This record gives sequence, structure tokens and C-alpha cells, in this order.
Amino acid sequence: MADTLKLQLQFGGGAELLFDKIKKREIELPALNKYIPDSKDNKWTIRHLLVWIKDNLLRERPELFLQGDSVRPGILVLINDADWELFGELDYELQNNDVIMFISTLHGG
Amino acid sequence: MPIPCRTGCGKNAMLKRPKTGDALCKECFFWAFETEIHFTITKAELFKRGDSVAVAASGGKDSTVLAHVLKTLNERYDYGLNLMLLSIDEGITGYRDDSLETVKRNRDDYEMSLKILSYKDLYGWTMDEIVAQIGRKNNCTFCGVFRRQALDRGAAMLGVKCIATGHNADDIAETVLMNVLRGDIARLKRCTAISTGSEGTIPRVKPLKYTYEKEIVMYAHYKKLVYFSTECVFAPNAYRGHARALLKDMEKIRPTCIMDIIYSGETMAVKEEVTLPTQRICTRCKFVSSQEVCKACVLLEGLNKGLPKLGIGKSSKAKRMLDEYNTKQEQNLKDAIKQLDNDVEKIENNCQSNQKCRSNLCKNKRNGLLNKKSCNNKCSGNCDRTKVIVDNTKVDNLLAKYAIHEPVKKINTDGNNIVNVDEDFDTSDNEDVNIDQEDDTCSASCGKMGSLIGF
Repeated sequence: MADTLKLQLQFGGGAELLFDKIKKREIELPALNKYIPDSKDNKWTIRHLLVWIKDNLLRERPELFLQGDSVRPGILVLINDADWELFGELDYELQNNDVIMFISTLHGG
Repeated sequence: MPIPCRTGCGKNAMLKRPKTGDALCKECFFWAFETEIHFTITKAELFKRGDSVAVAASGGKDSTVLAHVLKTLNERYDYGLNLMLLSIDEGITGYRDDSLETVKRNRDDYEMSLKILSYKDLYGWTMDEIVAQIGRKNNCTFCGVFRRQALDRGAAMLGVKCIATGHNADDIAETVLMNVLRGDIARLKRCTAISTGSEGTIPRVKPLKYTYEKEIVMYAHYKKLVYFSTECVFAPNAYRGHARALLKDMEKIRPTCIMDIIYSGETMAVKEEVTLPTQRICTRCKFVSSQEVCKACVLLEGLNKGLPKLGIGKSSKAKRMLDEYNTKQEQNLKDAIKQLDNDVEKIENNCQSNQKCRSNLCKNKRNGLLNKKSCNNKCSGNCDRTKVIVDNTKVDNLLAKYAIHEPVKKINTDGNNIVNVDEDFDTSDNEDVNIDQEDDTCSASCGKMGSLIGF
């Protein structure tokens, strides 16, 4: 039984500047109840992923990426190359090998 | 659970359009995106067959998508346009130099000619140099004003009928909001126009006026267009940043607010009794201006005269600063002449009294800030001493002139000024060596100086 969840994270449109300019990362998430003990069920959602990103990847100026419990408005989220707005946004339940991409629309013009 | 494309094409939807709320697949999105821009262009009659059109290209997402879509539509609907790319190199190391590489790639990908104009060539200053002069507070004013005119100049050089810019719906909504927040009625009135430009100027058109930023980014992503997305290295415009953040928050709650703000801006009527500045031609550079002398010329004059704050704020303030500057210059000149006369007199009298020099010092000190300032620049950092040391208006004035002389070399708009200053300076060429010597003395020993002068 795979306790961990493998994902690929991608950052683009300037969002990568907040993540050491690295555009692609392979990550492995631990079982959710080990990472967030008070979570009700053991299912990783984008909401949880954002917490993990904040704790593990985001080094500086988190307000440029996050706002409240979501991403900052103006940052697009793609789940397997599709708009997250079609998949329940924060409540989307992550699957093994999902590719989650964050594209900033806020940079340059 | 995948959602099917709303058009019924049988494919799965890939994005939700913010403008309509429709869930579409990639192909149907491309079609909708491009067709809407086509309708925008044809409905507003932005182009005529045979026109040459310059696409203002920064290498960013908007202009990259604009260039790509215009090329696509030009071929698909046979507009008969001659498209080319026009870029401005502001001279910002680590930002524009990189983004211009992206523009060069656009040139190759879209097979369009590319013209790059630099601030350095047009104005004699790069943005890096300007920021070194004025700091990071008002630099965006310089950059914006200069770019606007630079595009006009570039378009004139290319002989195009119009300039297409990549302003998108979010940008325009943001600008409406900004102009409301600033009470800038003149700009509020014209900022939503899809085509701007008074008689005798090259019009600007905004084919992406009704295109959402989100869709532009999604289009660029799905089409795998290469664009540049680094923020300018200089301080971002804070006020605009707030307006932008507010708008993005509202858009999240109700995406149509973008279109609604644009609609509000378009239909808002300005009361008849409100007087708006009329557009005319700058008396110096002959480009469009709302003042007798355009903002670009005022800013440039300020830079070249060492008064970089000149163009910041109201034009009446600029005029006052310039008057003060000219008065000071005249006064300096008079003082220098007077002092030379005095010196000659002194030499004749063979004055050796330290006392006299000291009293001289007081008089000199009253002669104005400029003197002290330029001496401070010249003296190697020993400010307190400098104040005491400067007891010779002649040296002082020559230093003042010397300090001003350097930037004046850069003036290319004001011929008279160059000549005048150069003549002034030429007459004092003989003193050059003396200045340097005395300058050294300045930071070395002040006691020496009185005796030097009094000899």
C-alpha cells in the first residue's frame, strides 16, 4: 500500500520566481494524517497541498503566492493541464501522478 | 469527473472562461478566443486593407499573444496587413535585455520584421542611468512618459498606419479604476477608447481590449508560446498594484466585473462644464502634448540640468523650478564676474588680512544653496569642513558651473543652452587647473586657503 502520493509540480508565468526559479519539481507527499494529524479523512486535496507548499517550498514573501487558504487571485491553477475551476478548486482530491501547475498572470505585460 | 465541452464537440472541457462561464475544450477555446478578437477588430474597424501595423512588443504575455493572434487572423481572414514588431529598449539591465531576446524569438517565429529603439539613442539616458540620478521613487514616471513617445517615434520611423498594443481587459479595467481613484477625468474619458490618437498622430489600437488576462495566459500556455515574465527590477507602481489586487479579488468573486467596469468607463459621460486639456503639439519635439512643452521634454530637461524632480508633479511647479534654476544661473554668473572684479581689486590692494577673508566667507555663504551643494559634491566627503573652507565665490561659482557643465553636454533638444554654457565655460578654461588645485586644498587644509587667496 503506497502511503505516499507522488505529484509533479510546475510553476510558470513568473510564479517560479518565488520557488528558486525552478519550474518543475517531483514531490512525494506523506500520508495526510501524518502531516496534518487533525485532518478528518486521509485524502490530500489542493487545499492541503497549498499548506505543504507553504511549509516546504515557499521561502519568502508567501503573500505573493497565497491569500487566505487559497492561491492569490491572479495565479491560475491547472490540474493535469486543465483549469482547476472545472474540478472543484481547493477541494479537488489529488491522485497519484497528478501534474499540478501554477501560472502567474500577475507578472510583466 | 471530466466535464464535456459546452459546444458539444465531444471532447472534455479544459478551462472555464471567465467572461462567459463556459467550459470549453482547447480547440473550441482557441476558436472562441481568436474569433472574439476578430470581431473586436472588424466591429471597430481598427485596420484597413494594405495597412502597415506595428505591434508594440515587450516580450511579455500580452504582446506575444497579440502578435501571434494578429498573424493568425491576418492569414485566416485575409486582412491584407503588413505586420511588424516594434520594441523599446529602456536600458534596464536584468529585465529588458532579457525580454528583448524573447522579442527576437517572436520575430523569428512569426516572421515579422523587428525594430528596436533605445532610450539611450532617443534621449541620451538609459533607465539604469536615470534611476541612478533620481532614485527609485518616481522612476516609473520617466519610463512611462518616455516609452509612450518612443513608440510614437518608432512608428513614425517605420511609416506605419497604427500601433497595436497588448492592453487586455484587466489592464483597461484597472486603468478605469485608477483614473477614478485619482480623479483624472481627462484620462478616464479616453482610457477605454479602443483606438486613440488625435489628428496628425499615429493611432494606437487595442485589439485585446475585451480579452481577459486569464484567457491570454491560458492561450499562451496551450499554444506553447514563449514569453517573458520577469517583473521589472525597479520598484513596481504601488498605487496601481493596489488597484490591481482589488480588481483580482473582485474578479474571483464575480468575473464579469472586468467587463462591467470597462462598460462603465465607456458609457460614463463627462459633464459639459468640465474643461479638459486639449491635445496639441509640443513646441520642442513636435510630438503630441497636452502642454506647451510635453512631459518627455520637461523630464529630459530636468535630467540634463541636474534637476531630476523637474517633471514630477504639476507643470506649474516645473515652471517655477526652472525659473529658479535660471535665476540662480544668472546670479552665479553675475557673482562670478563681480568676484573676479573684486579679486583684481584685492590683488591691487595686496590684501593679506585673514580677517577680511573671513568676512568674505559670510557673504559667500549667503550666496545660495547651489554653491554649497556643488562644493559638497566636489569635496571628498568632508562636509563640515567644506562649509568653512568655501570662502571663495569665484572657485565656488566655477565649481557650480563645472558640475552643471557635465550633464549639459547631453542636451540635444535645447541648442541655445549648450552654446551659452559652453561659451561661459570657455572663458574660464584658464582657471581649470587652478580649480583642481584649490579643490585638492579644500579637503586637505583650510588654514592654508585663506593665505592662498589673500596672497
